[in-house]
Amino acid sequence: MDLVLQLLFTGIGIGSVYALVALGFVLIFRATNVVNFAQGEFSMVAAFLMVVFSVKIGLPYWVAFVIALICMAGLGAVFNLAVYYPLRHRTYLPVIISTIGASIFMANTTLAIHGPEPEVLSGWFDTPGFMLGPVYLDNQYVLIIVVTALLVALQYWFFEHTLLGKKLQATSQDKEMASLLGIPVALMIMITFVYSAVIGGIAGILVAPVLFVSIGMGATIALKAFAATIIGGFGDVTGAIIGGLALGVIETFGAAYISVPYKDGFAFLVLIAFLIFRPQGIFGERVAEKA
Amino acid sequence: MSTTETTATTGDIRPRLRWGVPAYVVLVLVAMALAIAVPKTGYILNISLQATTYAIAVLGLTIVLGLCGQINLAQAAFFGLGAYAVGIGQTEYGLNFWACLLIGTSMAAGFGALLGASTLRLGGHYLAMVTISFQQIVTLVLINWIPVTKGPDGVRAIPRPGFLADGSTYLAFCIAALAGLAFLVWRLRDTRLGRAMRAVRDNELAAGVAGIDVYRTKVTAFALSAILGGIGGGLFAGGFAYVSPDQFSFAESVVFLTMVLLGGVASPIGAVIGTGLLILIPEWLRFLKSIPGLYLAIYGAAVILIVLFMPDGIWGYLRGQLDRFKRAVLPSRTGATLHLSGGGEGTDTVMEVRGLSKHFGGLKAVDEVDLTIRRGGVHALIGPNGSGKTTTLNVLSGLYRATAGTIELNGQDVTDLPPHARTKAGLGRTFQNIRLWRSMTALENVMVGAERPGSPIGNDPAALLARARAALAFVDLEDRADEVVANFSYGHQRAVEIARALAGDPVLLLLDEPGAGLNSSEKVELRNLLKRISARGLTILIIDHDMTLVSEVAQHITVLNFGRRIADGYSADVLKHPDVIAAYLGTAPDVPA
Repeated sequence: MDLVLQLLFTGIGIGSVYALVALGFVLIFRATNVVNFAQGEFSMVAAFLMVVFSVKIGLPYWVAFVIALICMAGLGAVFNLAVYYPLRHRTYLPVIISTIGASIFMANTTLAIHGPEPEVLSGWFDTPGFMLGPVYLDNQYVLIIVVTALLVALQYWFFEHTLLGKKLQATSQDKEMASLLGIPVALMIMITFVYSAVIGGIAGILVAPVLFVSIGMGATIALKAFAATIIGGFGDVTGAIIGGLALGVIETFGAAYISVPYKDGFAFLVLIAFLIFRPQGIFGERVAEKA
Repeated sequence: MSTTETTATTGDIRPRLRWGVPAYVVLVLVAMALAIAVPKTGYILNISLQATTYAIAVLGLTIVLGLCGQINLAQAAFFGLGAYAVGIGQTEYGLNFWACLLIGTSMAAGFGALLGASTLRLGGHYLAMVTISFQQIVTLVLINWIPVTKGPDGVRAIPRPGFLADGSTYLAFCIAALAGLAFLVWRLRDTRLGRAMRAVRDNELAAGVAGIDVYRTKVTAFALSAILGGIGGGLFAGGFAYVSPDQFSFAESVVFLTMVLLGGVASPIGAVIGTGLLILIPEWLRFLKSIPGLYLAIYGAAVILIVLFMPDGIWGYLRGQLDRFKRAVLPSRTGATLHLSGGGEGTDTVMEVRGLSKHFGGLKAVDEVDLTIRRGGVHALIGPNGSGKTTTLNVLSGLYRATAGTIELNGQDVTDLPPHARTKAGLGRTFQNIRLWRSMTALENVMVGAERPGSPIGNDPAALLARARAALAFVDLEDRADEVVANFSYGHQRAVEIARALAGDPVLLLLDEPGAGLNSSEKVELRNLLKRISARGLTILIIDHDMTLVSEVAQHITVLNFGRRIADGYSADVLKHPDVIAAYLGTAPDVPA
């Protein structure tokens, strides 16, 4: 029983990271109707920036954190201008291919600059963790869960209770109508990319002390986050969060009870099972194209 | 217009050069002879083998991405399945090379079909992610299932068949295989399946309504792509005698994708050009490989740049330049007349709709509508904006599933059938916002219509082609048969769409606001066209706002308002009905003036 609780805690912790990245997927998907296949690389790049600022240059953790996120905001903007915006009037296929190209580019440019050795990034806390009853709570996992919960709450408040949030929602639902109402659609899409890059970055920095900081971390996280969005129901914010948590838990239990080398395979098996038996996910609705 | 101008007598859609195929055969034989005769280093041989076997796998992407518009990011995994089958099968189980090649190809086909079948009902994003996932799983298995795959060490000393043991002979054999497969892929484009794939790529909804089983077409394309991946991989393993997991990783899938994009997705020539360049260029720029990552970073950037600036690839660009010098082909006319059977003799009723409802959540877009369409007439469905006309048509053609009620077409219950099956049962339709396959010619568009499953014309290609030409002639567009429809005027596009539906010789033709957006002279042409169709015995159900058009062509009118039927009967009576006048013009105020 203790082991189950322990695994549950770890699963929710790692699932929170998937949920954060999934949130980035969903936001961009809702604003542009395309999936950004480079979403995971935002996390990877942010983790490396954090290594540079915090470990190599030696800035205090929080300063490094803020600078890394500012860089991520810039990266999101450049990404939008170079990878998405010129293709906005084309079908989804060229955009997908272009974001895949961007993903390869970001991962391998990082590899070329930094080299293949993984880096270790310590967390915010000096102490590793504490016992709560029979369960050992790793401080970094606690931080991940708390920050994810805060970000989700903040995002909810932002979309439901601010004018900018409403404008972003309007843009994601009907771009033409939004632009007729005087909403600067191009700017709204820009904000979406910047925001997605930043939360992707936060996810990467949070998870860095748990995983190694490596070139491949982005692809792994992105695939799982995408699986999470499908499990939750594509395009649905709540679904992305629930799906992310569920996937983290499934994966942790799978690794503990079934097989460690195939740990990364469970997410994909669950994904394929969902696609076959419940493609609309837990919360999704089937949407028909209008004739 | 006299019938003596007849020139189009062949069964081909594209006029083909008489010497094209023999020239191709000679070219391939020369290449094979060179492969055997020219002395070369092991390095050159390896590069040539790699390029040839990779090109076969890239041809798979020409089919799935180029023809069918679906993405496959696991081509390296299928390539790997073929390669490992040839490797393990021969070294561990002592099987024959050809048997292993067959097993590997079948495994790739099986996994391809399974993967496609589980994903292709959904949007393209799912396919992209699922293929990446599959790619990762295959890599994980290759590395970790050590008893079978030998893990990261890979499989060594893979033999070739006896008579191909010499490297140069084997290369010649691979060239022959590539040439043969490229020829098949090239011919695929203008087969029924190839046209169906292109229709699915250009407009899925219209493809379904034209009678194409969209899902099956996509799964077929995906499985064919996997098969080519498997063949390429099998030959690769024979060529290199050694396989290991990192040769079949996600990065290689991206390389395959880059190759097809660079060369051009539309043609097998593009696949060969792209593969050749991307094998050779990195060899010339070997110094790039000294810095890990740089080489793939350039690939990634290249993908973005190609998509942005050269969406048709190198061959697509060259084609565009070459087409300028092409002499204009004289329009050919067959002058054939279009025969419309209207479903033949049957009961008086073509379509019987009972209690049809379509609810979207709480909104009753269509509410218990009855509709009887008599054979041989023009029946109009009218009503103010938002009255549920187009929703009704979408439920009738199967794009929406009915919430309640039954639809019978020619005595057959079609209520639960998907769009393509209703088309097979005899339905033809056009769309309010024209849905043609824009990259295809007018004739190709109409050919797909003529190929409607269940059509009385049958399967003979020559008869279908004649039928398609006759349908174009019927709407006065046969002269422009070989032009791409994207360049047509709005009115002409509408006419092609009607011709596409007519070519299938349907039992009932549904027209969704055919008059929308036409100018007054085009409207006159449309009215005449509808009268000519009706005169040949085909039943029409038309939706339109233009009361002049409706009252001139329709014998029967059904009026909807707020999803309910408010009037039904002969045109003259219905148009005088007080409820109809009220729905269109509002009621007179109750208060005395």
